[in-house]
Amino acid sequence: MDDATPAGAFPVEIRDLTVAYQSRPVLWDVDLAVRPGRLTAVVGPNGAGKSTLLKAMLGLVPAASGWVKVFGEPPARQRRRVAYVPQRGSVDWDFPTNALDVVEMGRYGSLGWLRRPGRADREAAIACLRRVGMDAFASRQISQLSGGQQQRVFLARALAQGADLYVMDEPLAGVDAVTERAVVALLQGLRADGKTVIVVHHDLQTVPSYFDEVALLNVRLVAAGPVEDVFSPENLQATYGGRIGFLDAPGAKATAASAAD
Amino acid sequence: MLSAPALLGVEFDYTLRNVVMGSAALGAVGGAIGSFATLRRQSLLGDAVAHAALPGIGLAFLLTGTKATGGLLLGALLTGWLGTLAVLAITRGSRVKEDAALGIVLSVFFGVGALLLAYIRQSGEAAQSGLDRFLFGQAAGLVAEDVRLIAVVGGGALLAVALLFKEFKLLAFDPDFAATLGFPVTPLTVALTSLIVVAVIVGLQTVGVVLMVTVLVAPSIAARQWTNRLGPLVILAGFLGALAGATGSLLSSTVDRLPTGPTVVLIATAIVGVSVVVAPGRGLLWESVARRRRDRRTRIGSVLADLATLSPAPVSGGALPVTIATLASHRGVTPRELRRPLSELKRRGAVRLEGDGAVALTSAGEAQAAAAAHRERLWRSALARQMDLPGDRVHLSTDDIERVLAPEVLVALEGDQTTGRTLGTGDESRATGLNPDGIGMTVSGLPAGGADR
Amino acid sequence: MSFAAVIILTGALTAASCSLVGCFLVLRRMALVGDAISHSVLLGIVAVFALTGARSGPLLVVGAAAVGLLTVVLIEAVRRTGRVREDAAIGLVFPALFSIGVILVSRFPNSVHIDVQHLLYGEIAFSPLYRVELWGADLGYRSLWMLGGMTAANLAFVVAFYKELKLATFDPALAAAVGLSPVVVHYALMAMVSATTVVAFDSVGSILVVAMLVVPPATAYLLTNRLATMLTLSVLVGTASAVGGYLIARLLDSSTSGAMAAMAGVLFATALLLSPSQGLIARRRELARLRRGLAERLLLTHLDGGHGAGDRTTLRERFGWSARTEATVVRSALARGHVRAEGSGRLVLTEAGRGAAGEIGVG
Repeated sequence: MDDATPAGAFPVEIRDLTVAYQSRPVLWDVDLAVRPGRLTAVVGPNGAGKSTLLKAMLGLVPAASGWVKVFGEPPARQRRRVAYVPQRGSVDWDFPTNALDVVEMGRYGSLGWLRRPGRADREAAIACLRRVGMDAFASRQISQLSGGQQQRVFLARALAQGADLYVMDEPLAGVDAVTERAVVALLQGLRADGKTVIVVHHDLQTVPSYFDEVALLNVRLVAAGPVEDVFSPENLQATYGGRIGFLDAPGAKATAASAAD
Repeated sequence: MLSAPALLGVEFDYTLRNVVMGSAALGAVGGAIGSFATLRRQSLLGDAVAHAALPGIGLAFLLTGTKATGGLLLGALLTGWLGTLAVLAITRGSRVKEDAALGIVLSVFFGVGALLLAYIRQSGEAAQSGLDRFLFGQAAGLVAEDVRLIAVVGGGALLAVALLFKEFKLLAFDPDFAATLGFPVTPLTVALTSLIVVAVIVGLQTVGVVLMVTVLVAPSIAARQWTNRLGPLVILAGFLGALAGATGSLLSSTVDRLPTGPTVVLIATAIVGVSVVVAPGRGLLWESVARRRRDRRTRIGSVLADLATLSPAPVSGGALPVTIATLASHRGVTPRELRRPLSELKRRGAVRLEGDGAVALTSAGEAQAAAAAHRERLWRSALARQMDLPGDRVHLSTDDIERVLAPEVLVALEGDQTTGRTLGTGDESRATGLNPDGIGMTVSGLPAGGADR
Repeated sequence: MSFAAVIILTGALTAASCSLVGCFLVLRRMALVGDAISHSVLLGIVAVFALTGARSGPLLVVGAAAVGLLTVVLIEAVRRTGRVREDAAIGLVFPALFSIGVILVSRFPNSVHIDVQHLLYGEIAFSPLYRVELWGADLGYRSLWMLGGMTAANLAFVVAFYKELKLATFDPALAAAVGLSPVVVHYALMAMVSATTVVAFDSVGSILVVAMLVVPPATAYLLTNRLATMLTLSVLVGTASAVGGYLIARLLDSSTSGAMAAMAGVLFATALLLSPSQGLIARRRELARLRRGLAERLLLTHLDGGHGAGDRTTLRERFGWSARTEATVVRSALARGHVRAEGSGRLVLTEAGRGAAGEIGVG
């Protein structure tokens, strides 16, 4: 493990990554370098391996071939620098806990074994809730929150990790307008702080306005780079195949406008 | 329910003290550790483990000839553990699903246990060995040594839960996230499962293999009704488990031919029943009272709103009356159904009933009615725009709107009202389209391009 | 008929009747509902006896089966409160009903004629003792009549409603769309399961019924993909467990029902290990084969993509392969004619290999 990557390494560097469940390749020969301090969207159809790509970055799925490096090291050695926002549906929201407690979980990693969260952790958690506009809901049982509010609690939990890289799985799926605005503002705030953010995103139309970079994925990586270079109708067609008439959508605002009438 | 002190006063002899202490300890351990099993949706794993412990007892006796509880329980621990491994091997290694895997392990291990016990019985040793007490439990047979064993083993298990509380909480709530924090998820899962096995083993003497599942499941289900936090839940589950264990074993020891296990089970089930019905907040009773109150408020609010809409504009001083029949047909209800809300409104001085079936807003009522009508418009607006609400909130009364919707949403809705924008039509183009995944809905209502400031 | 033959036949019929309905429990992921029913019918048996004095016959079957159905309804009701999830609901309901049954049995042992041993393990060895008489005529063994009747009823049920059961099990949405109510099918099946466990109670007791309901069908499930075959196989496996169990029990002079369950477990374990399609060994082999295929495909796309030359040492580095993996993969690709080796060990894609590489990847 001594092939030292130079300082200023990419937050995430993926080389020749193939991941397979049983025999079915979910990711095939993916090469990707995520640039620091940018907002990167991962876009692709259902079953394209978007979540798997994130999980590979987090070291949660084994690679059939290739490797992933996070800040120049295997993901397992960079846990402290990476924060994860899973899909909202991945947990039981009737779990007996409140918003503040969930956010405090973000601090558990740095606490280590046998230590309980203390006052400092609590205050940090409250500060994170405030950043997502949820401090008034700190003591709410989590099932009493709306979907968008639950999503913001998850974001606050990631903030509490104090990471340099944020990996988010569909934080904007099915949320209300208020949450969408809050999340986008938060993403921009993170970028302003020099953090790197990778987001699985499903709404093609908002990609150009929300993100700096985009990775188009459909098992293989179709294209990746700055939105203005990569987010083209040709690349989208290559990503989604001829599936639906969305193809004009992201390309030109003119097309979208003419489609609206 | 029997209060322990009353009975203790009557007959607190040595045996009884062992019984109570042993069973209480068992209930506490089972309830506290079982909490994690129910939260992880593994309630029935405890059932399989408990049944799988039976052959271990037979084996321990056959191999070592021991009658000592410790030795027998060690055997139970071993096969209980094997049982969980077998469940894991079957579900991971084949297409047989978890329910069938649990059923297979439960019945096959129990069958082997039955085979061994019957074999021991026919060789004439069972009578002295008393192995059958592990089937339904026999609290009256607890001796001081057993109680010490339960206390030490169970206390150790509880200590482990206390030390690893934060990790187990994370594991139960969000195992993937635990892994990204660097916690070793598989070893933690193994540790938690082992603790469940230990809790089962501790309970075998008192409740028995057949019914042990209740001691693991019931206390935490009951406790969940009373608290929304995991820490208090685990402690309360331990307490309720101890309560069920102690009262059940006391009853069974003092009443003739009342097997311990079933008695403990019925008491624990009764505790669950009471909790599910009466616990404040989550109890069914509370829910139904709250729903009725909400319905009444909603009805009163809608009558007020209708009055505001239907009352002819006042010429001067005081609103003009509206007939009850008009009011009823506007809402699509019978006039009878309006009788109660109207008399409530009259009591509040918001309306006055005129002769010949008409009703009019008082001057105090006019302000209320205008507010109600406004709220109702806001509420419809919110619903029409498919605000992201938890499912149980859709039928809230309009009075709840300030509580439920975030202030900024209300501001946005008020804005819609004042600009007179019709509902749900504003951003159709966004709402309908361009979502190739079809995941979630794109919520309308962001001003075009407004989010990328 | 010898006593042994009666016992074996009783066991075989128990296994057959349970396996037939058990297949649908396993396929519908309701094995533990079957477990719950088999426990709570004890209460039904005790209650029917207390009310009518019937210890066998249609009245007992119907009455006790009603309690079995009640269990299903109760579990659903508890789940519907929204306070308890299904696994916990099962774990709450059946132990409570079973406990009431056990307490009744213990409190009034003489009036119920069931002792604790009987309710746990059944008393198949006594099956030759009871005969059926009608108007003074001896009609034969009671257990054979009861279990034979139940097997016939289950067989008739499965055959008559085969289409409906199949559709409601594999595609409930479609079933509902074509006008078959999945709810009706569900409760009909639960009624048959309840009746079966009541009838099987005398032979194998409350708990080991589960072994007959779940284990042979799960074994068959590992051996075939076809429902009809699964039903047949599970009856065969069940019968084999019954016969084998009887022999073991005779040998050890021990519990017949326990031995039957153990035997069923042995057959299941054998299938789990050795099933040609689903067994652990076959699956491991298949997985290794698939991994090799995957590696080979990686190799081809690697060469095709012109990712540098096919220098064999860089392959290992690039894909993180061991020398052995690399050797196997290259040998296999050479054998297929997808690549050929040039001097100094360089690999070059052949025309066939290029074609194969083109088909790969995005599925």
